[in-house]
Amino acid sequence: MVKVFIYPSTSLILSDMVDRWGHEPLGAALQIRERIQTPGFDSPPLQMTPDDPKRGLRYAAVEVPSGVRGRMALMGPLIEESEAAIVINDADFSFGCMGCARTNELVKLLIRHRDIPILELTYPRSEEEGVAFVGAIKQFLTGLSEGAA
Amino acid sequence: MKEYVPIYVGTVTRYVFVDSPDITPQTLATRAYEVSEGVMIKETCFGLQVTGMPEEVDRLIEHIRLMDPNHIFVKDRGFPPGDPRRCRANLGGARPGYYGHEFEMGLIRFVSHGLDAIELMDEQDYPEVKHTRTAGPGLDARTLKRLIDAEEK
Repeated sequence: MVKVFIYPSTSLILSDMVDRWGHEPLGAALQIRERIQTPGFDSPPLQMTPDDPKRGLRYAAVEVPSGVRGRMALMGPLIEESEAAIVINDADFSFGCMGCARTNELVKLLIRHRDIPILELTYPRSEEEGVAFVGAIKQFLTGLSEGAA
Repeated sequence: MKEYVPIYVGTVTRYVFVDSPDITPQTLATRAYEVSEGVMIKETCFGLQVTGMPEEVDRLIEHIRLMDPNHIFVKDRGFPPGDPRRCRANLGGARPGYYGHEFEMGLIRFVSHGLDAIELMDEQDYPEVKHTRTAGPGLDARTLKRLIDAEEK
């Protein structure tokens, strides 16, 4: 089983595909779950503490907005932990405020800088593209299993 | 500062989405209850939310996936169902994260078709992916300026 980072990190389709072919999807839910299941001081809604932007300093400089550093405190460890990645490049729904937009750019940059297998795709917009999309993901993930064996 | 005491510690929550011509969330929920053995199940408009210990949830999902493997999709969720920080009963409006699901559920039929199709194909016959960066040309500066001008008027 290979740990596969998925981008967008909340993607239902990617999360399911990775799980379906026997690997572990690394998405935002894992980090959120860890935070909301850890006792401490109340810091709603995501239990992000002032320490998180400090942890984000590992990935972004101090003059970068704390929103980016806070988000990187969630995403950064997942990227470091990952052994492969699948990226969907036209995920418009993950576009948000400047914090989200810059974090998205930084996440993609950090993934591409890591020496791991990466599959880049766009969302399928027709049945033909759906076949190519699923085929590419299946080939990529089964290739990872063979590499790991 | 207020103390924070987490609930459902050690559990996992998974979304189960169904987009099938043969199965409704209600059918899925009924089947899930039959094999639940203590796993908490919440029926929703799109499928289920399942909460419990990881191995129990995995077993339940493995079982209900068999009903229609290519039309049932599963993903992790950070929050348990009904959590006041996320539940729309407390917040009003759509639940955060809903728009992402709404977007992907609009495309899921293509993925289901893909899953059906590749079952009948050899690996070397898989078609090539045409686009890897963007599906079409991006927003050019002239169009952006026109949009801004229209907004200002």
